[in-house]
Amino acid sequence: MKFAVLVFPGSNCDIDCYKAVEQTVGQSVDYVWHTTTDLSAYDCIIVPGGFSYGDYLRCGSIANFAPVMNEVHKAAEAGKYILGICNGFQILTESRLLPGALLRNNGMKFRCHQALLEVVNNETPFTNQYAQGEVIDIPIAHGEGSYYCDEATLEQLKANNQIVFRYVAGANPNGSVEDIAGICNKAGNVVGMMPHPERAVNSLLGSEDGKRMFTSILNAWREQHGAAING
Amino acid sequence: MAQQLTAKEPTPEQIVDQKIYTQFGVSDEEFELICGFLGRKPNYTEIGVFSVMWSEHCSYKNSKPILKKFPITGPRVLMGPGEGAGIVDIGDNQAVVFKIESHNHPSAVEPYQGAATGVGGIIRDIFSMGARPVALLNSLRFGNLTNDRVKYLFENVVGGIAGYGNCIGIPTVAGEVMFDESYEGNPLVNAMCVGLIDHDKIQRGVAKGVGNPVFYVGPATGRDGIHGATFASVELSEESEEKRTAVQVGDPFMEKLVMEATLELIDSGIVLGIQDMGAAGLTCSSAEMASKAGNGLELYLDEVPQRETGMTPYEMMLSESQERMLFVVEPQHEEQAKEIFDRWGIICAKVGKVTDDGRLRLFHQGEEVADMPVTALVDECPVYNKPSSEPASFRESASIDTGAFEEITDLNGALEKVLASPTVASKEWVYNQYDYMVRTATAVRPGSDAAVVLVDGTRKALAMTTDCNGRYVHLDPEMGGRIAVAEAARNIVCSGAEPLAITDNLNFGNPEKPEIFWQLEKSADGMSEACVKLDTPVIGGNVSLYNENAKGAIYPTPVIGMVGLVHDTDHITTQGFKSEGDVIVLLGDTKAEFGGSELQYVLNGAPSGRPPVIDLDVEKQVQGAVLSAIQQGLVSSAHDLSEGGIAVALAESCMSGCKGANVSLSSELRPDHLLFSESQSRILLSAKPEQAEKLTALLREQGVQHAVIGTVTGSNLTINVNGKPAINAPVQQLEKVWKDAIPCLMK
Amino acid sequence: MKARVYVTIKENVLDPQGTAVQGALHSIGFNEVDKVRIGKYLELDVDTNDRAEAEERIRQMCEKLLANTVVEDYRFELEG
Repeated sequence: MKFAVLVFPGSNCDIDCYKAVEQTVGQSVDYVWHTTTDLSAYDCIIVPGGFSYGDYLRCGSIANFAPVMNEVHKAAEAGKYILGICNGFQILTESRLLPGALLRNNGMKFRCHQALLEVVNNETPFTNQYAQGEVIDIPIAHGEGSYYCDEATLEQLKANNQIVFRYVAGANPNGSVEDIAGICNKAGNVVGMMPHPERAVNSLLGSEDGKRMFTSILNAWREQHGAAING
Repeated sequence: MAQQLTAKEPTPEQIVDQKIYTQFGVSDEEFELICGFLGRKPNYTEIGVFSVMWSEHCSYKNSKPILKKFPITGPRVLMGPGEGAGIVDIGDNQAVVFKIESHNHPSAVEPYQGAATGVGGIIRDIFSMGARPVALLNSLRFGNLTNDRVKYLFENVVGGIAGYGNCIGIPTVAGEVMFDESYEGNPLVNAMCVGLIDHDKIQRGVAKGVGNPVFYVGPATGRDGIHGATFASVELSEESEEKRTAVQVGDPFMEKLVMEATLELIDSGIVLGIQDMGAAGLTCSSAEMASKAGNGLELYLDEVPQRETGMTPYEMMLSESQERMLFVVEPQHEEQAKEIFDRWGIICAKVGKVTDDGRLRLFHQGEEVADMPVTALVDECPVYNKPSSEPASFRESASIDTGAFEEITDLNGALEKVLASPTVASKEWVYNQYDYMVRTATAVRPGSDAAVVLVDGTRKALAMTTDCNGRYVHLDPEMGGRIAVAEAARNIVCSGAEPLAITDNLNFGNPEKPEIFWQLEKSADGMSEACVKLDTPVIGGNVSLYNENAKGAIYPTPVIGMVGLVHDTDHITTQGFKSEGDVIVLLGDTKAEFGGSELQYVLNGAPSGRPPVIDLDVEKQVQGAVLSAIQQGLVSSAHDLSEGGIAVALAESCMSGCKGANVSLSSELRPDHLLFSESQSRILLSAKPEQAEKLTALLREQGVQHAVIGTVTGSNLTINVNGKPAINAPVQQLEKVWKDAIPCLMK
Repeated sequence: MKARVYVTIKENVLDPQGTAVQGALHSIGFNEVDKVRIGKYLELDVDTNDRAEAEERIRQMCEKLLANTVVEDYRFELEG
């Protein structure tokens, strides 16, 4: 399986995502520059955190116009796995690959600390190794992570089981709608989340709960391909 | 010499007649010297360039005699003071690069941008050496947090540090914040950066090779920050508010790109010399690069990228626009260098060339507009041995009995008061605004004695901390200087690391006052003694003088930034108690020492008397024993005793570990003295019951005074003194007091 | 031609910055302030004399980049 970690000017969690793939699933992984116009070689595309283009204008808004984003759209349509983390989530909403938007934290400040998440949907390619309702410990680090969408969109998210992670009750760090921490598209192959699973793959650094996101992806890919081979 | 014919620029004659040079902080005697070096009167550009090069900030003219006192060599030191940052060997062809720098004056005027650009500047110092920055620390001082202006400064300094560090993606892992009226008008903002480098990648700021082109990279130059270096070398006054032009605006996104491109350029192996444009911008970087190579430099100012129209040579040379670098390559590598910067979307302009005449010559619009000897700019600034005198109050303070306050009987209440004092209180409000995890290597996070950052691909790690109790230094500069270094080392040792070296930031008042100069001298003596004793040479640093205003000078605050080496990640130790039943051991001796202590501050406000006495031999012995106990796997937690003494240290170990403790102390001292004294060279350890015997045997063997004082329990902190209950409180309640203090004040 | 573009957070979306500024204004005695909304102001120099075309182009700029219409409204003025 091949992973791509996109690099925009100002990405700064690219190295962390790259290391996490190596350490958790040991699959092939490349940094892919924002000007790239072909992603066909990759099975999973990680849009990492950071401050792409300085987060000037709005978080993720300028990255959305990088050439590589056309390819990300194509990959999403082709059913490839796409994971946007933090700034990557912001980029995916700006590009309308995911509904809604990320607003300034309700406390106005950047917040960096461990956060407890409930796995709401364990049927995505990114969460199949977790139990439904399991509480996991994954850090956050963002200033604009308050997920917002209108009522109609929220109803759709619920109806389609698109809410993937919620902050546990009473511990919403940013004021997001219904404690949402991460969502997926209708098809389930595109996930965006504010917390950083790539920072939770080593007990020496605080938590290993993010490991299973990466093993989930590999597991999903193997199942898909095993099925293809067997079928 | 062509005179810049701009209507607003004075002529050389006017500069002399109207003594315009004095506005730039150049004295009559210095002006005479400058005329001598030039063989004529300087024009406006030249006097501008000289004034910044001869400012304290660039020349260290007042502090050189002080800096000479420091030990600067050691078997591991690869590069000492003089370059952008010092470098220390950590084995395996790897080295650690670090430096601390102040941005006090800009932060007093515009706290957000002042702090942000302070962070940006120190990061450039690290990557211009060729090192990858891996961690940031900061040491902050503010006035009393009940004051509205102080709140504003605190909020925005923290915001500026967060804004810059988070965006560039370097974790802010440690630091300290202290609050005292002494810093009310003069907050201290000292930023430290730590980087990693392979030995063969080490760069120097030299303009090598006559005829080679000199390149400028980074954003275009504007009129921002003109005379920042001079600004840093005067006292703050009402006028300072109007000097806002001296404050620059930071662009961390730009610096991220410049950093990545620069590291790529250095990796390519074609760089001959590189230096960042910090204080005094193009002036200082060009003059220093030429000086270090023994060469000259020509700059063609029309080629300097300019953000504003009609900029004069004076403005270009003195601008402190941020995120800019200067480098030299051989002509055949020009294209390769440009390609790298092109890909990162960064301006890269050829602005000059290396010459052999030892002169810095500036050309603008077809004319030579300045011609100055490089050595005069860099090396010939007069060095002053300022008069020094011991203040009368120092002798008088010796007789004060710092323990002579009315005995405190409500010890629970006293503990809560000290825990709620902003200097001791939890700094979560601060560090939760910093991304301290990015780059996924932060093994020990902020809120510990020292942060620990893993060295990828090895079993090694780096421990790092900043430290200085300005109250101690104020009461006794020499003792305070010793304690600052010793405490930094104690923090490093408690995290399981061997102390390597220090970088220091000397924050003082106006050195022209003999009592201030005396503080400088004495504290440097104390620091030097401790550095020698603890084998931690000074590999670089920064001096920030004139930190005073109408109300007086700040406490002398020589901030120590220290880095240590964890030889194996198994040695990483934290302060929190780990398991119920673990045995608690207290190392060191407690006397009734309260000069400059947190309890004294909480009770009286102003510090008085003498600070605790430190015996450096005892200190070394304690640290050595703790490090070997940790390395032998005998220690579950280690925490150094500092502000608030035993009571606070026990509470902190309980709170960090979400545990309680049952402790019995016996002593001749009054219970309140015993619990809150800040006697030095004390460390609190805990060990698994089965290891306790081995631990105490090791301590006995090494001659370290110690006592088994209790065990780790579930949820209460209970301390008995001489069999009588002294403190008994649920840890959760203490934690609430400790954690809520700063957020409540900041609401 | 000069365009002045104003981007604001939609009425029904929480604006924590605006709320904070309102609180600050009250704390220093400006109690008459009922509501504060914070937005962005952009000045664009546009190289055209065709007003109708400029309007259409700027509308596109706002829709595509300058505003995120999920959470933001925009309006603009043309001058010259």
